[in-house]
Amino acid sequence: MTTIAIRAGIALLYAFVLAPILLVFAISFSGDNFIAFPPKSWGFRWYQALLAHEGFARGFRNSVIISSIVVGLDLVIGVPAAYAIARLRFRGRDALLAFLTAPLLLPTIVLGLAILLVFFPLRLAATYTGLVIAHMVVTLPFVVRIVATALSTLPGDVEDAAATLGASPATVFRRITLPLMLPGMIAAAALAFIISFDEVVISLFVVGPRLSTLPVELFRYVEGRTDPLVAALSTALILATISAVLIVERSVGLMRALGR
Amino acid sequence: MADDRQRRPGLAASLSLPAVAAISLGFLVPVLWLARMSFNPVDPSGALGEGWTAHQYVELVTDSFYAELTLATFRMAATSTFFALLVGYPIALFLYRLESRWKTLLVLLAICPLLVSGVVRAYGWIVILGDAGWINSILRGAGLIDRPIRLVNNHVGVTIGLTESLLPYMTLSLLAGLGRLDRGLEEAARTLGASPLRTFLRVTLPLSLPAVVLGSTICLMLAVSAFITPRLLGGGRVFLLATEIYEQALVTLNWPLAAAIAVCMLLLFSLVLFGSGRLQRRVAE
Repeated sequence: MTTIAIRAGIALLYAFVLAPILLVFAISFSGDNFIAFPPKSWGFRWYQALLAHEGFARGFRNSVIISSIVVGLDLVIGVPAAYAIARLRFRGRDALLAFLTAPLLLPTIVLGLAILLVFFPLRLAATYTGLVIAHMVVTLPFVVRIVATALSTLPGDVEDAAATLGASPATVFRRITLPLMLPGMIAAAALAFIISFDEVVISLFVVGPRLSTLPVELFRYVEGRTDPLVAALSTALILATISAVLIVERSVGLMRALGR
Repeated sequence: MADDRQRRPGLAASLSLPAVAAISLGFLVPVLWLARMSFNPVDPSGALGEGWTAHQYVELVTDSFYAELTLATFRMAATSTFFALLVGYPIALFLYRLESRWKTLLVLLAICPLLVSGVVRAYGWIVILGDAGWINSILRGAGLIDRPIRLVNNHVGVTIGLTESLLPYMTLSLLAGLGRLDRGLEEAARTLGASPLRTFLRVTLPLSLPAVVLGSTICLMLAVSAFITPRLLGGGRVFLLATEIYEQALVTLNWPLAAAIAVCMLLLFSLVLFGSGRLQRRVAE
């Protein structure tokens, strides 16, 4: 009897956690003009409207471009740093890791303002370059941490053996180290893409009338009005996130990727 | 080999140089410039002046609006952290005790809001709590109310939305803390004749207090600086430090004042950390 009561209570708490996500999913199939619940009619009309919405289409294109560049640059400059932290012995290694992950300690609203204050006079505000650097600040720490953790859990024995057997440092890196850290790199890339693609607070400070991202467009739309169009877009975004998370989960495990 | 090791500091430096440059340009320089900007004078015309002034800080201290803003921010953060604890503790305890093949799935479900954009979840709450939302429709359909109850664009909506967005962090912290707990202690108490309630109050709860303090600290800090939820569910009618930073930076365009408020938020941050550190030591004793 008590077990059933406890289970019911827990189910209720879960309902609270999941309510907004489930409701968004349901309302995206509404055929009404407003967000009345339950909808009077059902259908895919808001998904069709989504495809025709110019602001969201432009935001989506910008976000894909920006996030892809961010992930590419994150890997190109983050992986060598992670390699140095995990595989080389030098003074200030801990300080280096602390410095590269420091941006995660600061609230994004403060970071966004700080970036705006510097980027505006540098004419980086509302440019692809500015948005890419701003997004790298909050994604690079994860890339460095994930790849460094992945590397440090792998024994260096195989690399030493290859070197002893006469492989050049370049060959060791290309044939041994790189394949070993590939799962970590895939996880880091997926997580960096999710974070960059979802980033809204810092972006709000850096975007301009000519250049905006999808989350910023979404934020502005929700600020103004709330019709089922946002639900359709949200459902699409949630599904995209789930697929990206599955990639992370498959390659290293979500918990380890989040560093917990 | 010795030769190789000598070259390593140089190699490490060149490997990490690009990353250090990126974080310096995007983080270190902006943060230092933010601190400098908070002392920058503003011309009567509203343009940035030259030199140094403490004017912004004097305004923050003397204008009671900002004292109320800081209090309101802390109160909102504390309330939503408290509710997150109230909801998160039973969930964490349930997951900790659960022995089932569904466990991983249930843990994932409990933390999945973490993976959904804050804007999307705020919109979800508007769908539920809005004037034409789910709750008001049900209540009106049942004939219980004539006019919709206001559940968004005020503190109620922001508290509900914030609580939900903090929950995954609270649940994860508590789950990690409970995981370190020795199950034998609970069993011993039960074997010695303590009721389940007494076992919980005298054994489980005291032992989980460090995790409660840690989870509450994380949630407080996140709530103090939360922006998306207060802005969207507050509908411009709930004023907190984060919304004021946004307002001053992008609407009023008073950058030095925005910077000074940001510095104040960081001070509130360190205050929370300091308080939690002392509490953590008290709990440990």
